[in-house]
Amino acid sequence: MSVFDKVKSIIVEQLGVEEADVNMEASFIEDLGADSLDIVELVMALEEEFDLVIPDEDAEKIRTVGEAVKYIQDHQ
Amino acid sequence: MPEQRAAITGLGTYVPEKILTNAELEKMVDTSDEWITTRTGIRERRIAAPGEATSDLAREAARRALADAGVEAREIDLIIVATNTPDMLFPATACLLQESLGAERAGAFDLLAGCTGFIYALVTGGQFIAAGGAQTVLAVGAETLSRIVNWRDRNTCVLFGDGAGAAVLRAAPAGYGLLASRLGAHGAGGPLLCLPAGGSRRPACRETVEQDLHFVHMNGREVFKFAVKTMEEGTRGVMEDAGLSVADIDFLIPHQANIRIIDAAVKRLGLAPERVLVNVDRYGNTSTASIPLALQEARQAGRIKDGDNVVLVGFGAGLTWAAAAVRWFDARRPE
Ligand SMILES: CC(C)(COP(=O)(O)OP(=O)(O)OC[C@H]1O[C@@H](n2cnc3c(N)ncnc32)[C@H](O)[C@@H]1OP(=O)(O)O)[C@@H](O)C(=O)NCCC(=O)NCCS
Repeated sequence: MSVFDKVKSIIVEQLGVEEADVNMEASFIEDLGADSLDIVELVMALEEEFDLVIPDEDAEKIRTVGEAVKYIQDHQ
Repeated sequence: MPEQRAAITGLGTYVPEKILTNAELEKMVDTSDEWITTRTGIRERRIAAPGEATSDLAREAARRALADAGVEAREIDLIIVATNTPDMLFPATACLLQESLGAERAGAFDLLAGCTGFIYALVTGGQFIAAGGAQTVLAVGAETLSRIVNWRDRNTCVLFGDGAGAAVLRAAPAGYGLLASRLGAHGAGGPLLCLPAGGSRRPACRETVEQDLHFVHMNGREVFKFAVKTMEEGTRGVMEDAGLSVADIDFLIPHQANIRIIDAAVKRLGLAPERVLVNVDRYGNTSTASIPLALQEARQAGRIKDGDNVVLVGFGAGLTWAAAAVRWFDARRPE
């Protein structure tokens, strides 16, 4: 599975959204209906899935699906 | 001979009369009922009356616990008060309580383990009973957090409330009582939730007052992550030690800090929400009082019955976390 596909399935599970809505441009808050704490939980799930530590300063900059995918690719 | 387990044979709680609603908070800081309820699940919290200190709340809860257990104050061997808001730095709030209860025979000390303090106190008291060092222990969680939150800081003041809970611990009948416990700490996370001044590092002075260093300081997001992780791990840990599966857990009493933390942890554990007590909506985060307040509510509503496997789990400043698995003993059950 590609990083995008794994991230997508975590987002679908965490935010309860449709797979079709999860594209690289989608913003967690504006497009996927997340609030700040949904993002904290999402970051936790990504950290566990990809065995990463995402510091708060970095997490704050991850606003879209694409930014999350890129962050994971850059830090793996 | 198997180790003597401790059981809670009486419980008592007390909350101040004054209710502070989200609507009232809207007039104090730039916040909204909508933000507070969606981000925390809190709708209102209790606030101690002017002049009412932590030991006053503790005394009411303790008297009720003693009456519930049918125990006289003179029978208490040990008083442990878990609090983050003692009446003063010293003497210990437990000693003030010893005096006001008239518990002449009791040893008394305070225990500081953040919001996890009540579970730490329960486990500590349980050890005294297991080792034979005490027959009757009074474990108390009591707080007047309203005195240490910054009422100009919307990031923290909406979260906390005042209250107290007390438990009488005695030797459990065979098969009942404290089955397993785990205590944990992550000292590196200390700065994430602290009250910076007024101790030996930064004694109180004009600057510490001007810089608001006598109030709670918190990094909410980091604490949130720690909370969700340790609630899951702590619960799984004591389940393993006690030989219980998720299906064996009749009831979970989580620390009441934020409904979002509870929901996230419960989802990870795969526990049905009907088996979890939530009262954060009415009390906010009462720190060490939260577990006994929730336990008492579950018991009075008949949601916890004799013989049930109950897990208590919490986290807090330190950072600390703890969990305990208990086979519930209902002292009033029909013979
Ligand atoms: C405190 C907590 C609810 C904050 O939620 P969060 O989503 O992390 O909130 P953030 O701090 O990221 O703030 C998000 C936004 O809401 C704002 N905000 C914070 N408190 C607010 C309030 N009471 N009302 C309105 N807005 C508020 C912030 O200023 C921020 O705005 P910005 O994005 O414009 O800067 C959450 O982090 C939490 O519960 N953490 C655990 C705390 C805890 O349990 N402590 C005790 C442990 S025993």
